[in-house]
Amino acid sequence: MKVVLKNIEKRGYKGNIDSYLKEGGYNAFKKALKMKPDQILFEIKKSKLVGRGGAAFPTELKWEFAKKCKEYPKYVVCNADEGEPGTFKDRIILENDPHLVLEAMIICGFTVGAEEGFIYIRGEYFKAYEILKRAIEEAERNNFLGKNILGSNFSFKITLFRGAGSYVCGEETALLDSLEGKKGQSRVKPPFPTFVGFKNKPTVLNNVETFANIPEIILKGGDWFSQIGSPLSCGTKLYCLSGDVNRPGVYELPANITLKELIEKCGQGVRGKLKAILPGGVSSNLLTDKELNITLDYPSVQKAGSMLGSGAVIIINDSRCIVDLAKRCAEFFDYESCGKCAPCREGTKRTREIFANITQGQGNLSDILLLKELQEVMYDTSRCGLGQAALNAVRSIIEKFPGEFKEHISKKKCKLKICPM
Amino acid sequence: MSLAKCERELKMVLKECGNKNEALLPCLHVACEKCGYLTEEIITFLAKELNLPPVEVYSVATFYSMFNLQRQGKYVIRICVSLPCYLRGSKKILETLKDELNIETGQTTKDKKFTIEAVSCLGLCDKAPAMMVNKEVYGNLTPKKVKKVILQYKAKR
Amino acid sequence: MINLTIDGQKVRVPKETTIFEAAKKMNIDIPHLCYHEDLSIYGACRICVVEIDRRPRLEPSCATVVEEGMVVRTNTARIRRARKMIVELLLANHPEDCFTCERSQTCELGKLAYDLGVRELRFKKARKYHYEPDTTSPAIIRDPNKCIQCSRCIRVCSEIQSVGAIEFVNRGGRTQVLTFFNKGLNNVECTTCGQCILACPTGALRERTVVDEAWEVISNPKKFVVVQTAPAVRAAIGEEFGMPPGSLVTSKMVTALRRLGFDRVFDTQFGADLTIMEEAHELIERIKNKGTLPMVTSCSPGWIKYIEHFFPECLEYLSTCKSPQQMFGPIAKTYYAQKAGIKPQDMCVVSIMPCVAKKFEAQRPEMKASGVQDVDVVLTTREAARMIKEAGIDFVNLPNEDFDKPLGISSGAGVIFGATGGVMEAALRTAYEIVTGRTLPRIEFEEVRGMQGIKNAEINLNGLSLKVAIAHGLSNAKVLLEEVQKGKSPYHFIEIMACPGGCLGGGGQPMPTNLEIRKARAKSLYQEDKNKPIRKSHQNPAIITLYKEFLGKPLSEKAHKLLHTSYTKRNRY
Ligand SMILES: Cc1cc2nc3c(=O)[nH]c(=O)nc-3n(C[C@H](O)[C@H](O)[C@H](O)COP(=O)(O)O)c2cc1C
Ligand code: SF4
Ligand code: SF4
Ligand code: SF4
Ligand code: FES
Ligand code: FES
Repeated sequence: MKVVLKNIEKRGYKGNIDSYLKEGGYNAFKKALKMKPDQILFEIKKSKLVGRGGAAFPTELKWEFAKKCKEYPKYVVCNADEGEPGTFKDRIILENDPHLVLEAMIICGFTVGAEEGFIYIRGEYFKAYEILKRAIEEAERNNFLGKNILGSNFSFKITLFRGAGSYVCGEETALLDSLEGKKGQSRVKPPFPTFVGFKNKPTVLNNVETFANIPEIILKGGDWFSQIGSPLSCGTKLYCLSGDVNRPGVYELPANITLKELIEKCGQGVRGKLKAILPGGVSSNLLTDKELNITLDYPSVQKAGSMLGSGAVIIINDSRCIVDLAKRCAEFFDYESCGKCAPCREGTKRTREIFANITQGQGNLSDILLLKELQEVMYDTSRCGLGQAALNAVRSIIEKFPGEFKEHISKKKCKLKICPM
Repeated sequence: MSLAKCERELKMVLKECGNKNEALLPCLHVACEKCGYLTEEIITFLAKELNLPPVEVYSVATFYSMFNLQRQGKYVIRICVSLPCYLRGSKKILETLKDELNIETGQTTKDKKFTIEAVSCLGLCDKAPAMMVNKEVYGNLTPKKVKKVILQYKAKR
Repeated sequence: MINLTIDGQKVRVPKETTIFEAAKKMNIDIPHLCYHEDLSIYGACRICVVEIDRRPRLEPSCATVVEEGMVVRTNTARIRRARKMIVELLLANHPEDCFTCERSQTCELGKLAYDLGVRELRFKKARKYHYEPDTTSPAIIRDPNKCIQCSRCIRVCSEIQSVGAIEFVNRGGRTQVLTFFNKGLNNVECTTCGQCILACPTGALRERTVVDEAWEVISNPKKFVVVQTAPAVRAAIGEEFGMPPGSLVTSKMVTALRRLGFDRVFDTQFGADLTIMEEAHELIERIKNKGTLPMVTSCSPGWIKYIEHFFPECLEYLSTCKSPQQMFGPIAKTYYAQKAGIKPQDMCVVSIMPCVAKKFEAQRPEMKASGVQDVDVVLTTREAARMIKEAGIDFVNLPNEDFDKPLGISSGAGVIFGATGGVMEAALRTAYEIVTGRTLPRIEFEEVRGMQGIKNAEINLNGLSLKVAIAHGLSNAKVLLEEVQKGKSPYHFIEIMACPGGCLGGGGQPMPTNLEIRKARAKSLYQEDKNKPIRKSHQNPAIITLYKEFLGKPLSEKAHKLLHTSYTKRNRY
C-alpha cells in the first residue's frame, strides 16, 4: 500500500508536471476547490493523520485552529529542513515528486484561508531546490499557483527559502525565526505557530511527508486512509533505514509493521549481529534485540520507552562500541545546539567532555549519576526539543549497556578496541 | 571590491523581498555563492539596506554553518560525520581526505582549491558514508573512491 | 483578571502577567539571571523555572503568562535540583577568579550559587579555551571569559540605547558576545554609556579602572591634586557603604575625599552652573539671531558619541558648550591655577563621575583648552567608593565637611543636573530671568521632572512661547532626533541624557541601579536643591566673580576658547 511514494515507485515516473498530471495530479486540488473548507477539514479529521515531522500532532487540529483565527494574512509553511541524522525521506519526496507537496500546500492554503506559502528547504539540498524551483514554475504556468487559480477567486503563491546549515532550524519556531531572517533559535511556546507564527500571523507548519499524504486523503476520503495501518497510527509511514543494515533506504509501509519485519523484509537483515536500534534517530532512546517485536507506530514505540520521531531507524551491530557511539551523539548535539538556553548550551558541552574523558580512560563512576541527572534536568528545563532530547540516547545507553559503560570507566578498557584508551 | 561581484544580484534579491528582513538569508546565500565568503563590505552593505545594526547581520551570518566569513577553497568538501555515516566508516573517509589534501578539518589547502568541512547528516544516509563537493553528491564512499574523486577535482582547473 | 494558585496561595492578577511577576506580588522573588525588569523577556537562563500542573516539563516563570486556574509551584525538590545544576553548568564554564574579580561583591552568579547552595562543582573543569578580552575602549572592558550569555548587555544596548554595538556571534558552545567583526568597542558605534556594565550580572563587563592612577597622583608630592564630584555621585555613593538608596551624603563624601589626600575638594556643580550660564546665553542668542534650532544639550558624553555616529548631519543642533566636567577642568587649570600660583602642568584634575563615558570624554583630543589635558583621571562612583574602602575610612560615621572655595560653591540648579530634566530646569531658571528681567514666580518646573521617557513643556518667555523637550535613554533621544532630522521638530530646546534617569542612572553608579533606586536618587537631588540658599546658576557668587575677574561675559572670546567645543562626524556603517 503506497500513499506517499505511489508515483515515485512507478517505473518511468519523472516527477515533472506532465508525469504528475498523467497520474491524476492536481485532481485532489480540483476536488477540494469544489468542497467547503469545513468538508476538507472533516476528511482530514477522519483520516486521523498526525504530523510526520516528529511530534505526531494531529494535522487536522493545526489546520482547524489556523482556519478559525481571524488574523490575516495567514501562512502555510512546509518544513523541509530535514536534518535529524538518519532521516532522508523528505529529500526522496522532494526530488522525485515535488508537485505532490505543492498540491498539498495549495489545498492547505485554500482550506485555512492563506494566500502565501513557504518551503523551508535545508541549504545542502541543492538538487531538490532546483527541482522544486522548476516545479513551482510549472505549477504557475498551469495556473495551479498564482492569481485566481483555475478561475476561482483563490490565489496562492509559494516561495522557496533555503536554510543555511543548522539542525535546530527544523524545530518549528526556530524555523520561523530563520524564515524571518534571524538566527534560528526557538521561541517560547505557547503561543504556538498556528496562532502566532510567521511574522506573528497564524501559520500552518507541516512536515513534507505530512503534506504528501493530503492529496490522497482528499481524493479517496479520510475513512479510506484511516483503514490503513493500525487504529493507533493510521496511514503509512516512511521509514528511513540506515546504519548496519544490508539494504538501507526509504520504505513506505502501513504503520502496523514490526521492527523485525522492517529490518528483515525491507532492509534484508542486519549487517553482522544486531546490538541496538535507534528507532527515531539520535534524539530517541535506544532499543535492543529484546524489543524487535514492537510495532512501529507512534504509541507502541513510545510504550517501549522510545519514540518514532521522523522514522529514522538506525541499526547498530555488535562490532560497535556503544560508548563510542554515545560520544558521537553527544558531539552532534554540542555542535548543533543553538546556544540560547543555558542547560542545553552548557549541558551538551559538558556531556561531550565527559565522553571524551571516558573514552580516553579518564572517566569517573560518578559520571554515570551525573549524566542521568543532567539528562533529567535538560529534559525538564531546555527551551526546545533539541536540548530536551539531547541526552535521550546517552541515557538509554547507560541503562541498557551498563556493563560496557562501567568497563570503560573502572577497567579503562574498550573491549572492541575502538576507544583510544 | 567584494561587493562589486555581487551587488547587482543582492539588489535584485532585496527588491524581490521588498527590503525586508526576510531577504537577509537569501542575500547571504547569494553573496557566498558569488564571492566565496562574506566580507565586512558585504555585511555592512546589507545592514544598511535592511536598516539593521551591522553587528546584527554579522551575528546572523556567523550562526549558520553554510555562511563563510573566511575565504574558502574553490571546492568545499562537506563530509558527513553523523551516526549513520559513522557506522559506515566516515572516519576513514575523513582521514583519507585529510591525507590526500594534507589539511585538517576546517582548513583550506594552500592553493585555495579545497576546504574540508565535517558536517552533520546530509540526508544521504542511504548512501552512507556520503559527502558533497560543492553541489555534487558522492555516496557509498570507500577510501579508494574518495581518492579517485579528489584526483578528478585536482585535475580540474 | 486571572485567578491562579502559586505555592498553595490563591492570587488574582491582570491578564498577560507572567508567573514571575505574579509571584513577585506575593513576595516571592523567583531566582533569575537573564530576566531584567527594564528589558524584554529572553527566557534563556532557565534559572527561574517553576512547576505547573499538567505541564510535562518545568517552565520559565519569566516567560510564561498566567492562565486561569493554573496551579504553580516555585520551590520543590525538582526545581531546586534543576536550578542548582544549571548554576553548576554555568560555573563549569567559568574562570575561577572570583577573588580578583571586579564584581566579586556584586556578582549575581556568585550570589545565586551561594543562595542555591552550590557547594561543590561536579563537572570537571575542562575549559581549555581562553578568549582575549576587549580592551580597545578607554571606558569599558569586556572579558568574554566571564560571560554567561544572558544577553542583558545586548538587550540594554539595543532596546534602551538603540545602539546595537554588540551581539551574539557564532552558535552553540562557541557563542560569544562580540562587536562587528570583533573590532572592539572603541572601533564601533559603542557610545561608552556603560549601561551594559550595569546590566551585566557578572564581571564580564566593567569600567576601565584608573584607581591606581588616582593613588599615584595623590601620593606624588609634585602634583597639586584637585578633585571634582558630579551631582549624581552624592545621591548614590552611600549605597556602596550599605546606606539606603538615595541617601544624600554630600558632606561625608567631601570629608572622605579630603582624607584620601586630595589637595582641594571641589564640585562639578560649579562647572554645571558655568555650563548653564553659557548654554542659557547660547540659547537666547540662537533664538534672537534666528540661529539653528532646536538647540540640543551637550553635557552627556554618551549622547554626544551617539549623535556623532547616528546623526552626523545633525551636529549643528548641538550646543557648543562643554559638559560641566570639561568646563571645570580648564577653569581649574587656568583661572584657579593662576590664583593659587600653580602651573597647569603641576596640577592634576581628578573627577568622580556617575558615568563611564566621561572617561572617554576626558581623552578626546579637543579637551586640552588649558594647554594640557584638562581632566586627568576620571573615576566612577564605584571606583571612588572602593578607594574609600581601601583607605579603611568608615564612611557612614564620618563627620560633615564642606567643599573648598571657590570652585566648590554651587547653586541648586547645579545639583539637579544629575537628574533627567535637571539641565532643562536649571537653564530655564536662568534664561527666564535673563530674558524677562523678572524674578521667577515659581522656581520649580514640575513638568520637566520625573521618569517618563520623553517629556515636554511650554514656557512663556516674554511673549515667546518656548517649547522644550527632554529625553533620557538613547532610544528616547532617537525619537526626538528623528524629528529634528526631518526638520519637523516643534521644539526650541531639547535636553538629552544618554542614561535612563539621567546621570543618577549612569553606567558608573553603584549596583544595582533600577527604577526604584533611580527615583530615590532623584528625590534626594531635588531635596538638596531645595536646601540650597542659592538655587539659580547666575546668582552663584563664585560664578559671578569668575566672569568678573576672568572670563568677561558669557560667550566671550575667552569663554569660547575654554568652555566651548566642536564635534566629530563618525560613521556607523
Ligand atoms: C531539534 C528539532 C529538529 C527538528 N527537525 C525537524 C525537521 O528537520 N523536519 C521536520 O519536519 N520537523 C522537524 N522537527 C519537528 C518540528 O518542530 C515540527 O514538529 C514539525 O515540523 C511539525 O510538522 P508535522 O506536524 O507535520 O510533523 C524538529 C524538532 C526539533 C525539536
Ligand atoms: S534547547 Fe538548545 S537548541 Fe533549544 S533553545 Fe536551548 S540551546 Fe537552543
Ligand atoms: S557602553 Fe552603551 S553603547 Fe556601548 S556597548 Fe554598552 S550599552 Fe552599548
Ligand atoms: S557580558 Fe554580561 S550581560 Fe552580557 S551576555 Fe555576558 S554575562 Fe550577560
Ligand atoms: S548520516 Fe551521513 S548523510 Fe545522514
Ligand atoms: S530568568 Fe527566566 S529564563 Fe532566565
